[in-house]
Amino acid sequence: MSNIRWKLISILAVFVIFAGLGVYPIVAARYGIQRPAWLMEKQLKLGLDLKGGVHLVLRVKTNEALQLQTDQDMERLRESLSKLAITATITSPDSAHFRVEGVPPAQDAAFRQAADEVKGDFDRSSGINGTYTFTMKQSRQVDLREEAVVQGRQTIERRVNELGVTEPSIAQQGQAGDQILVQLPGVTDVERAKEIIRNTGLLELKIVEQGPAATREALLVNSQVPAGMDIVPGVASATDPGAGTVYYLVRKAAAVTGKDLRSARSTIDENNQPAVGFTLNNDGAARFGKITSENVGRQLAIILDGHVQSAPRIETRIGADGRITGSFTQEEVQNLSLILRSGALPASMDYLEEQTIGPSLGADSIRSGVLSSVVGLLLVVSFMLVYYKLSGVNAVIALVFNLIILLGLMAYIGAVMTLPGIAGFVLTMGIGVDSNVLIFERIKEELEAQRGVRAAINAGFNRVFWTLFDTHIAAGISCAFLFQFGTGAIRGFAMTLFIGLISNLFTSIFVSKTLFELALARRHQIATLSI
Amino acid sequence: MQLFKHTNFDFLKWRWHAIAVSWIIIIAGIATIWIKGIPRGVEFAGGTVLIEQFDQAVSVEQVRTVLDRNYPGGGQNALVQSYGAPSQHLVMIRVPEVGAESGASLSSTAQQVEDALKKGNLGAPRRQGASIVSATVGRELETKGLSATVLSLIGILAYLAFRFQFSFGVGAVVATIHDLLITFAFLAFFRYDLTLNVIAAILTMTGYSTNDTIVIFDRIRENLRSMRRDSMRDVINTSINQTLSRTIITSGTALLTALALFFFGGEVLHGFAFTMVIGIITGTYSSVFIAAAIVSLWRGSAPTRAAAHAPTSSAAAPAQPARRSKPQRKARAS
Repeated sequence: MSNIRWKLISILAVFVIFAGLGVYPIVAARYGIQRPAWLMEKQLKLGLDLKGGVHLVLRVKTNEALQLQTDQDMERLRESLSKLAITATITSPDSAHFRVEGVPPAQDAAFRQAADEVKGDFDRSSGINGTYTFTMKQSRQVDLREEAVVQGRQTIERRVNELGVTEPSIAQQGQAGDQILVQLPGVTDVERAKEIIRNTGLLELKIVEQGPAATREALLVNSQVPAGMDIVPGVASATDPGAGTVYYLVRKAAAVTGKDLRSARSTIDENNQPAVGFTLNNDGAARFGKITSENVGRQLAIILDGHVQSAPRIETRIGADGRITGSFTQEEVQNLSLILRSGALPASMDYLEEQTIGPSLGADSIRSGVLSSVVGLLLVVSFMLVYYKLSGVNAVIALVFNLIILLGLMAYIGAVMTLPGIAGFVLTMGIGVDSNVLIFERIKEELEAQRGVRAAINAGFNRVFWTLFDTHIAAGISCAFLFQFGTGAIRGFAMTLFIGLISNLFTSIFVSKTLFELALARRHQIATLSI
Repeated sequence: MQLFKHTNFDFLKWRWHAIAVSWIIIIAGIATIWIKGIPRGVEFAGGTVLIEQFDQAVSVEQVRTVLDRNYPGGGQNALVQSYGAPSQHLVMIRVPEVGAESGASLSSTAQQVEDALKKGNLGAPRRQGASIVSATVGRELETKGLSATVLSLIGILAYLAFRFQFSFGVGAVVATIHDLLITFAFLAFFRYDLTLNVIAAILTMTGYSTNDTIVIFDRIRENLRSMRRDSMRDVINTSINQTLSRTIITSGTALLTALALFFFGGEVLHGFAFTMVIGIITGTYSSVFIAAAIVSLWRGSAPTRAAAHAPTSSAAAPAQPARRSKPQRKARAS
């Protein structure tokens, strides 16, 4: 008796927990109750196909990243060779190779020595007539490609966050690992989103004409922005992010931009504070040197995507190397240098796939999903009640339990409900009662074999357990492959089905059996079972 | 209430008929696919799909005529369908073209279609949904889908071979492959697009259709221990008969929900629900007529005494089933 009581208590506890997690937030949200907040946080998430939104797949042109590296090393070698007065032609047939031709035999040793400086990235093989082929090391190629994709993904993440999209999902995918999947729920302006994502992150260094000022208006001349000038917002105090916004009047023409960046890295400033060091390419360095020497004593605004990060005073002419200082933590410096690096995108991107689901289509899907769920539930419930009578009630309770656990678990682990997911939910009803049917049919057989009701029930559950175990494992195997194969909506489906399998095993065996025990506990002699 | 009480059908007697019927359907399916091809959804084939909403009702013919006149690719390759509830005036347009993969111009085809529609005086259409897929992504997905299906079959075979004997694993997998081919045949007959959702349904079906098979195999394994003097053929027939009622009922409930999805699940789930319906029906059929037949063919119809060393399932009690199988044996004798 006390055994049953404990089982009942644990079943009720499970019920309350999962109903609270899965069902309450949905019902509460429906009727505008938003409490308690900690419970509402774990809302069952709706997928893109139900909520509406944009699904994009981009491919990073990783070859460009290789080409960039090849070009850099090629240029370095070219410079060294011209210093050594070695006349040879250098060409790059593709992104991972370059070739040096016509190295004079007399200078061969000198050439080999000079060529050692690209040893880190390239393997060298020599041909006839002073021809050398440089092939990028395989490991370096893999690293560069990977880096290009990761940087691209991080750039996109940052931009998506700036777009203010809630719960975006950005992931690497594709057989070559060079694709980036971007899901933006609730976004309807596809073109804008596409443009922002694919746009190069912009770093601009501009000479400050006036500012900082507390308001935009304070910088206007005759209530207009002066010709050739721009007003750019920035943070008032580098040490206090909450200090508010200030404005700078800057020259419209940038001294240098992110395009002139060769690299960015974390470093420290003269006060041992973390800072971002950057190196400009030759062209940028020449321009930057000229402008800084003309503007010593003025401020230089470092503008990232339209926001002034800091505006240090120019102390002296700056050449190729500069430093962005401010009140940065080590982590921020790493992030910022990473953003700057990816701002100077290592590779451009193409769109491979674009899907838009308008909010009204999503709403339609929800409606038909809910309708088919209700119809499916009614059909299954009425069948079970007609065919199994009172035992059918048992099965129906187990089924409802199953669905509540499914919803609760999905909300708890943050799984996403998609339209195929709803289909999985509906199928879980139909397939879920299989376990009950299997058990009940076995009980019937046992009853026919003239067993007592109690013995028949026990035998029914015991005999069927391993069958259920096997069927659930087999179904689980195909779910796992489905999950691994699918993206977005299909994953939602596989997830729903998989969780449904687990909760079904629990409800059809444990809950259903306890219900039988409960029904039988009050009576000592039972001759018949309504089944 | 009992659907089937003490049935005693000789299922194995019909195995060659069943196999013949299946082959006919499969060959017809293959022929259909050979001649007409299997229509592939945009996510596999690549292309541009637009769902446009019009202010007033427009007919499919009107849209096609407008495309014929104004869309550079012409209307003959365009697939035009009304979409969703008629009151919403939604039209789905699919063209095989897709904007160039380089640059941001992937959606240029979509733009061309919309420009063509605007020129057609059908009222300004509003884009409600779009799906633009380059051929690269489609090809990749196709390989992935195929490998997921194959791996899933191998996984199930391995598990069943581990839990049962190898011949059972073969029986279950042959039955599942049979279900796959039949489902593809019906998809081809009814010209459903092969979409991601359909692949999901097919994979689900491979898992589900083994369920009925496992239940029957479990019973065969149990009966092998109690019916040592009977032939394999008798054991299999008895087992299928004993489990027949639950096989039909479980498929029935699953079918009910699949039908609910088919009729009420909306446009997007149509192909999915159709695949499930076919999958459930053929899955049940193959569990009863094909799976066990394969086992019997694989092992021959010799008495089971030698073969009765089936690995013991931990739950099934070894001695008791003897009593339950008696009625059937009597019935067979009579």
